[in-house]
Amino acid sequence: MERVLKARVLVAGRAEGTATVSKEPLSLWGGLCPRTGEIIDRRHELAGRIVTGRILVLPWGRGSSTSSATLMESIKAGVAPAAIITMRVDPILALGSIVSDELYGRSIPILVVEPGDFQSIRQDDRITIESDGTLSIAADSDGSLQSGQLFTRRKINRKRR
Amino acid sequence: MSVKLSRQDNEFLDGGRGKAGRMAMRIVVRMAEVVDAPELMDISQAHIDGCGLLSDAGLEFAETLAAGGGNVSVPTTLNMGPLDLQNWEHFGVNKEFAAKAIRQGKAYTDMGCIPTWSCAPYQGYLTPRFGQQIAWGESNAICYANSVLGARTNRYGDFMDICAAITGRVPKCGLHLKENRRGQILLRLADIEPAIMRSTAFYAVLGHYLGSAAEDKIPVIEGLDAAVSSDQLKALCAAAASAGAVAMFHAVGVTPEANSLEGAFGGNEPERIIDVSLSDLQEAWDDLSTAKEKDKLDLVVLGCPHFSFDEFRDLAGLIRQKTEQGQRLAPEVKFVIISCQSSYALAQRSEYLDVARGFGAEITLDTCVFHTPMVGGDTKVIMTNSGKCAYYAPGELGVNVAFGTMADCVESAVAGCVRRKEGLWKGS
Repeated sequence: MERVLKARVLVAGRAEGTATVSKEPLSLWGGLCPRTGEIIDRRHELAGRIVTGRILVLPWGRGSSTSSATLMESIKAGVAPAAIITMRVDPILALGSIVSDELYGRSIPILVVEPGDFQSIRQDDRITIESDGTLSIAADSDGSLQSGQLFTRRKINRKRR
Repeated sequence: MSVKLSRQDNEFLDGGRGKAGRMAMRIVVRMAEVVDAPELMDISQAHIDGCGLLSDAGLEFAETLAAGGGNVSVPTTLNMGPLDLQNWEHFGVNKEFAAKAIRQGKAYTDMGCIPTWSCAPYQGYLTPRFGQQIAWGESNAICYANSVLGARTNRYGDFMDICAAITGRVPKCGLHLKENRRGQILLRLADIEPAIMRSTAFYAVLGHYLGSAAEDKIPVIEGLDAAVSSDQLKALCAAAASAGAVAMFHAVGVTPEANSLEGAFGGNEPERIIDVSLSDLQEAWDDLSTAKEKDKLDLVVLGCPHFSFDEFRDLAGLIRQKTEQGQRLAPEVKFVIISCQSSYALAQRSEYLDVARGFGAEITLDTCVFHTPMVGGDTKVIMTNSGKCAYYAPGELGVNVAFGTMADCVESAVAGCVRRKEGLWKGS
């Protein structure tokens, strides 16, 4: 059966995708390459994964105040996650999506769930997000790591500007 | 919108203060909703981090605000930018990048920002005063302003900073309010010898440890040396705000809101008590490096956050010890010092710049290795004394990094390979 969770909406929108879950906080600047959508923080457990189009599930952000710029740039470049779900309000993540919305009319949903609900979201769950913050998690999600995970093992992309 | 707004706030929203004012206030109000703030409040100073990263979106945002008549309403300083404005050609930055970076900088200065271009704004012009309500970007500066100066700011992300500067308003919440500035967890340093605490590397290592231990809580440090310097606190803040979301800490007897342990907690009970051990610090020291001992070294980076006058002096002393023995910079190693105009101007009144340049060091101003494309693709291993630089370099620059003391950095630059004294704890 499908599971339904209710999230607090920081930035509203609809999205659908597969969950990429980490229990470790992540700084998007120094953590997400805004041109490729790859997680580039080598100390992070998601290092090497591509999060483009995924539902990124993190406890909260940390580190750099440039993370909002990184998120906005990744939205503009079309490589952003489909949505970000955290268990604590992270203003810097919400900000990147809000500024992108104000400037380009393009944003990704940013949602906050209760810690218990956060713990219940598993790797590769199929999640549908409604604008009112309703999260539907598909029943056939089995939480396994194999299904279509784009995983390049700790390979660091050198930045070119 | 459920946030209570003043007449002036509504004037901004209705476009009475121009297009940029409208966009800036819309973002401020939406952020107030995100953080559940009941209303907005005034700030009297701002520091912009959003001018640092050069991205197409960031440039467009800045130029949209500037073209829309955006003007800062409070004194506003700038963090480092994407370009060494005077010497970019020397560092091999291409013209196209430079042209965009200059445009981005101009958009911010056109809006009335002061071109300080410094990521250590607390060591320069317009230092905020105790209790002052400010809106600062740049994670290390946010931490320093709250903790060391006792000014009040939340962690403002890129682009919120300029919106706050234009409107003079921020959501009334978080660290702007006294009741949210009380300590939450206690870190005790009783097991750490005073000799260790004299090394600046200790502060970067402690910061790195603190960042992961504290997560987003306000830590109270007991046992920090009261003689700690501004540069040491800078190193602590930079590392803590990189490895974690630390926006503020207290150090009993050192920082202004922590005259006593009880004062730092403001009646709170510590949620956790951590006795920091030498092995915790050794682990944090190890975690800061991805390169190994004896790895061939390509680049040394000092000045993250920006090098101060005192750091120029310390470095000159270390370099002299080498040159007096006839030792010099290994030819294959680049040695880069990052600083800002204000520190550089002081250092120009000394011989320290000549000593550094005589050794072969290059000095870049207004920018940083992460934001200007000066690190070439052939750079594999870098070394730094900065916890922040060590934290971000592998991901942002695609290099391996060795963390060490400033003396280790000089030693390794001469040797041409990573060479550190046996850990921090056997003296440095």
